[in-house]
Amino acid sequence: MVSTRDSTGLHPEIWKALYAVKDPEIPPLSIVDLGIVTAVQVDEAGVVHVNLTPTFSGCPALKIMESLVAEALHEAGYKDVQVVTTFEVAWNSNMISEAGLQALLKHGLAPPPKHDGYIELDVLSDTPCPLCGSRNTTMQTPFGPTLCRSMHYCKACSNAFEAFKPVS
Amino acid sequence: MEYTEVHVMAVKELLYKMADDQLILGHRNSEWTGLGPVLEEDIAFSSMAQDKIGQAHALYQILHELGEGEPDTVAFMRNAEQFHCCHLVEIPIGEYDFSLMRHFLFDRAEQLRFELLSQSSFEPLAQVARKFKGEVKYHVMHADSWVKLLGTGNEESHARMQEALNQAFPLALGIFEAGPYEEALKEAGIFEGELHLRNLWLEAIKPVLHAAHLTLPAAANDALASGGRYGKHTAYLQPLLDEMTEVFRIDPAAEW
Repeated sequence: MVSTRDSTGLHPEIWKALYAVKDPEIPPLSIVDLGIVTAVQVDEAGVVHVNLTPTFSGCPALKIMESLVAEALHEAGYKDVQVVTTFEVAWNSNMISEAGLQALLKHGLAPPPKHDGYIELDVLSDTPCPLCGSRNTTMQTPFGPTLCRSMHYCKACSNAFEAFKPVS
Repeated sequence: MEYTEVHVMAVKELLYKMADDQLILGHRNSEWTGLGPVLEEDIAFSSMAQDKIGQAHALYQILHELGEGEPDTVAFMRNAEQFHCCHLVEIPIGEYDFSLMRHFLFDRAEQLRFELLSQSSFEPLAQVARKFKGEVKYHVMHADSWVKLLGTGNEESHARMQEALNQAFPLALGIFEAGPYEEALKEAGIFEGELHLRNLWLEAIKPVLHAAHLTLPAAANDALASGGRYGKHTAYLQPLLDEMTEVFRIDPAAEW
């Protein structure tokens, strides 16, 4: 399924090219499904402007994603491309699409629960295990191998696992 | 309202002190990389360091858009007296109890600062504050759980945490040293001011310290930890800057 995530219906070809760009740290996950592409515009001179928003302000993958986006659009035939990272639209984990949540699960990461801003230890220590589905789990630490991941342990299947953190 | 020249200077001063606090404490946190008492804590302090450096970069970027130097230049090319950070963030990491207590006191203040600033009339700052407060939430969660755990652990852990609080609390008051533009920030709806933040902070840390069986030390002399916002620093800052910029200074024009 190709989700364009563009309510305007404009520039479907550009969105299609963007959809093929994956998060370098989570290869099955498209950056469009991750929810970090916040605007696509083509100006009068034909320059394609793409806005990205960071999942975490200290994310080292940001610069890489900017260049991956530019490369993908060049390959799709767009010569002039300007990619900027801006905080205009603040990312939160509810912006990950249904396909994105499935991609996380496929990658072995527990997807973040939809939230209404309440993110506390009780929510995090109740993360379903991505391996066996049990909720009998515990969070070991809110900090994992990347800024967006926390580390958990499943008491049902005795496996350690990682979760993509809910972020408000 | 339209910003006057004073408002712009006030915004810059606010951005500099926030960014410098994040950069310096980020650097201090990173000193735990490879040395944490357990692997999870090693990762936690390294992750928080990464968040703080990222936040510092975003704030320096806003300053750059207001006409200041490039973020890297501003971060790496200034001397201690040009920094606006508070003394709390400059102190060496010490024992783990001190680093943990500093992290608790500082990040509790940051969380409240970002919440206030997410309503700021200065939109670029409001935008990043909305992002930062979701990030720092995890820092606060981490700090609260360890402060409570060790405060109520055993006799030694309790005594160490109380001693760390006694040492860090007077320094933490320096976070709220009034800047030269408090009134201008308030009247333009940019920021409600350090005194307001300090009061919110005191109310926020009390229940956690109570649950941790720790006692706030008697009213400390604020003046002890002040001066940082005006370029007067502890003897620890310049050596930290020298170390942080050692590689950069070998060849400032190098392409990485």
